[in-house]
Amino acid sequence: MKLVIDSLVLSAGRFRLELSLTLEGRAIGLFGDSGAGKTTLVEAIAGLRRPHTGRIQLDDRVLVDRAHDVYIAPEHRGVGYVPQDGALFPHFSVQQNLQYGCRQTQPSGLRSSSGGASFSLAAIAEALDIERLLDRRVTALSGGERQRVALARALLASPRLLLLDEPLSSLDAGHKEAIFPLLQRIRDDFNVPLVYVSHAPEDFVALCDRVLVLSQGKALRSGPPTEVFEASPSVSYRLKSLS
Amino acid sequence: MGELVRITFFSLGVAAVGTALIMPGGIALGWLLARKHWPGKALVETAVALPLVIPPVATGLILLKLFGRRGPFGAFFAEWFGWEIVFTWKAVVLAAAVMAIPLLVRTARVAFEEVPLRLEQVARTLGAGPWRVFFTVTLPLAARGLCAGGVLAFARALGEFGATAMIAGFIPGQTVTLSLGIYHHVQLGQDDQAFQLLLISAGLAFAAVLLSERLLGRKFAAR
Repeated sequence: MKLVIDSLVLSAGRFRLELSLTLEGRAIGLFGDSGAGKTTLVEAIAGLRRPHTGRIQLDDRVLVDRAHDVYIAPEHRGVGYVPQDGALFPHFSVQQNLQYGCRQTQPSGLRSSSGGASFSLAAIAEALDIERLLDRRVTALSGGERQRVALARALLASPRLLLLDEPLSSLDAGHKEAIFPLLQRIRDDFNVPLVYVSHAPEDFVALCDRVLVLSQGKALRSGPPTEVFEASPSVSYRLKSLS
Repeated sequence: MGELVRITFFSLGVAAVGTALIMPGGIALGWLLARKHWPGKALVETAVALPLVIPPVATGLILLKLFGRRGPFGAFFAEWFGWEIVFTWKAVVLAAAVMAIPLLVRTARVAFEEVPLRLEQVARTLGAGPWRVFFTVTLPLAARGLCAGGVLAFARALGEFGATAMIAGFIPGQTVTLSLGIYHHVQLGQDDQAFQLLLISAGLAFAAVLLSERLLGRKFAAR
C-alpha cells in the first residue's frame, strides 16, 4: 500500500492539519497525543472530511485533489473504517450488520491489485470467531465481541485499505490480547493494508511497518517502529528523543 | 350526544389531516436543521418557532391575510382550484397544521440529532450512498422520536383555538372543534356542555402526551 498525502490542509475549528508525506507498507501506524490530528487524518482518508487544499492518493487512485476538483465520495473509495467504539448499528442483529457491509455491486477500478478481495461471510465469521454471535442483538455484545463484529463488517465491504481508529482502546487487557492477533491476521492472511491509530507504542512494534508521529496537526517524524520508539523502564516503549 | 360525537370526530379528523400534511416537510426540515449548516439557518429556526411564542390569534390574523379572498394564497386557491379557504373546514385544518409545526420540527430535529453521526459515517464507508444511509440507518433510529413528534403535533393541532377562531370562525356543522365548542358553550353559560367537551379534549390530550412520552422514553441504546 502506498499512501500519498500532498499539501493537505484541513481545519476543524481552531485545529489545523497540515501534511505532505508518502507512506508505504502493509500496516502504517499513527501515533500522537490527543488532539494531534490522528482521527482528523483518518477521516480525511475515509472521505468523511473534505480538506481545504491538497491531494490524497491511495496506490493508483486519487481520492481527493482539491486543485483539480476531484473528490471521491466515501461510499466509492473502498476504504473501510472501524472507529473506537465499533459503531455497530443498534437496530440490526449481528448478521444484519455484517450483511450491510457486503457490497451488492463493485464500481470498477476500486479493487487494487493487492487488496479489495471479496471475502465470504462464513470465512470472516470463522476467522474472527463470531459465528455464534450472528443471531444476537448488537446491544447484547461485550466490548471485545463488538470490535470483532465491527472488524468483520468492515472486511466484508472488501476494502482496499482498512482504517482502525484506536480499536482496542476501550477494551480491557484480556479482550485486547484476544483481538490483536486478529489484526495481524487481517494484515497477513487477508492481505488488507491497515492504517492503525493508537496511543500504545507496543501495538505499532507488533503490527506496523512504519509509524507516523503527529503533533498539533503536523508530522513530527516517521519511520519503522524500532526507529521511532525505544524501550523504556517505566512503559513498554516510548518515543525516541530526536537528538 | 350527537353534537358531542360530531365535534369530537371533526376535531380528530382535522388534527389528523393537519398533522399528516406537515409530517413530510416537518421531518425534512428537522433533518436539515439537525445535520446541515447554511446561511440564514438561524432565521429559519426563528420562523419555525414563531407560532410557539406569538399569540395564536396573531398567527390566525397572518393566515387570514394570506389565505383570505384577497390574500395571495387565498386568491391562488380560489382561481386555480375553486377553493374557499377561510371560514371553512379547510381553514381549521390550516390553523391546526401551522400551529403544530414548531412541535413537530423541534422534536424531529432532536430525534435526528440523537442519531450518532458516526453511524452514518461508517455506513458511508461500507458503500451506502446518502439516501441509503438515511433510509436504513438514520430514519429507523430516529423513528420513535419522529413518531413522538407526530403525536405531539397531533395533540397540539387537536387543542388549537386562537388561530382557528380567527381564520375559521364558529360555524356550526362546519368549523366547530372541541376548543371552539368549549368557548362557545361557556359564552352561553352552558357549563355542563362545556365540561363535557373539556373532558373529551383533556382525555385525548392526556393520551397523546402519554403515548409521546413512552415513544421518547424507549429508544435504541445507540452506542
